[in-house]
Amino acid sequence: MHGNEKNVEPKIAAFSSANLGLTCSVEKPFPYRIYPIGDQAITLDFGNLIKDEINAQVMALFYWLKEENLHGIKDIIPAYSTISLVYDAALIRKRAGNGSAYAYMEDYLTQALQQLEYLSLPSSRELRIPVCYHQSLAPDLVELCQEKQMDLDEFVAIHTAIPYRVYMIGFLPGFAYMGSLDKRIVAPRKQTPRTHVAAGSVGIAGVQTGIYPFASPGGWQLIGQTPMTLFNANDDQPSLFQPGDLVQFEAISIDQFYQLKNNPS
Amino acid sequence: MGVRVLKSGMADSLRDAGRFGFQHLGIPPGGAMDNVAMQVVNILVGNPIGAVVMEMHYPAPQLEFNSPALMALSGADFQATIDGVEIALNQPMLVPTGSIIKFNKPVAGARCYLGVKGGFEADEWLGSKTTNNFAVRGGYQGRNLQKADWVAFAKPFSYEVEEPAVMPWTANVRELYPQGPCYLIPGAEYELLDAASKQCLIHEPFQIASNSNRMGYRLQSAPMHLGEYKECLSSGVGFGTLQLLPDAQTILLMADHQTTAGYPRLGHVASVSLPSLAQLNAGDSIRFQLIDMNTAESLYAAQEKHLRQLKNACNFRLQEYLTND
Repeated sequence: MHGNEKNVEPKIAAFSSANLGLTCSVEKPFPYRIYPIGDQAITLDFGNLIKDEINAQVMALFYWLKEENLHGIKDIIPAYSTISLVYDAALIRKRAGNGSAYAYMEDYLTQALQQLEYLSLPSSRELRIPVCYHQSLAPDLVELCQEKQMDLDEFVAIHTAIPYRVYMIGFLPGFAYMGSLDKRIVAPRKQTPRTHVAAGSVGIAGVQTGIYPFASPGGWQLIGQTPMTLFNANDDQPSLFQPGDLVQFEAISIDQFYQLKNNPS
Repeated sequence: MGVRVLKSGMADSLRDAGRFGFQHLGIPPGGAMDNVAMQVVNILVGNPIGAVVMEMHYPAPQLEFNSPALMALSGADFQATIDGVEIALNQPMLVPTGSIIKFNKPVAGARCYLGVKGGFEADEWLGSKTTNNFAVRGGYQGRNLQKADWVAFAKPFSYEVEEPAVMPWTANVRELYPQGPCYLIPGAEYELLDAASKQCLIHEPFQIASNSNRMGYRLQSAPMHLGEYKECLSSGVGFGTLQLLPDAQTILLMADHQTTAGYPRLGHVASVSLPSLAQLNAGDSIRFQLIDMNTAESLYAAQEKHLRQLKNACNFRLQEYLTND
């Protein structure tokens, strides 16, 4: 078992799963652990935290790994506080002299971490995104406001009060995960995900807010909709949002929504 | 040269091994659900293993060949016939112009794959030809096949065929699909399950619900709970990730899986078990067995080796057959 080989002290006690192939470790600059997400994917996890410094580390690692372009790595998925590598186990095993592909990747990630202090990130862009919070486009808003005993305008004012950082793109093409929400409007995911969410729907989940670029199933609480197109497959840069962007929502009326929707400029 | 869709099926689409390198933009791989069956049909007709194939569900389409072809079927058994004569899975076959292929009833499995010599022509998007229905890109105009579509072959097949001819060899695929339980590698939140839920995971059946698709299988089982509730941040997930939903039920992510997700990850289906999983229908039940990483890697390596051997054997037979005929 690879988890036991290094004999490191698991500092994050809740996850003492070394007997199942999971590894815990603490090193500077942030505590982390490495664990498998399948037999052809691995995750480096800096903790279940939304923190700008941690996300900056994730993105720095992402750019470094992309540049390295190790043969056998098929995808690199940065998230809030994790980075996951999808690899071809057959190729990596060959590289590892028919040894464990997982152990090889675990070592590779550990080495990558040592590059971190030399890395830097590009600065943020600022984007303004119109959102209509009309009930007809926001199926969860009324109930949420009732639960939180606030009126609709107050909710909208809070949601549009501050710019949000794009921490990651994921779940669907161009879906930006943003945060962090003011704690007065924080709300959990739906108990059962919807099988259909309209394209452009603005949702919240925990302290996160995001927009569905396509109609899809989804579990976030829906509080509005943007008329903008967030993903254009014909563009070289198909996703409107990039990790690191700052996004300011602006409330628009239902008339403005349909005007913009029907005449995208 | 190609096939005409005389009647469309429920969800027929063009697939390859998947679109990799863009998951950081939220773009899922979306390759064939049954990666083994895709490779087998390509091996049988002498294609590179990742050439574009047609993935079919039941009801499956009715297709007419507008030119001679070397074809093969693998995966689900939908009782296929060519011009009314039943044909076997996993066997290469020459068909003449005008041949009509029909699928008559679902006998076993969920997804049948059709491969043709040269592969199907398909749109390329971001380095892959697999269909992405969200972005409406790749495959056949980014969508599932419809009646009257004409799906061309990527390379012309210049062999004269007067009547259907089944080649005298069959790929034995039994060992490529492990029977019995579905192998599961414990996930990051597995240890957080309470004791009863851990027992449930390995001892109880998980039934595939009707609202399951290429994105994921919704599973119905005895309820499972974490010892302590945990709201997770979204993080990378993959084909085979088993997540615990807040309603105490689970969802198993499949080929069109989202790239990241935020529900607790109980486990990840081992690569070797994914093809068997892809052949299950709504109503079927899954039983899980936990395995460690080394076992998972060894089983996958053995499956890959088996496919390589099959490829070598088939290439040899095929070359011999086509040149000596």
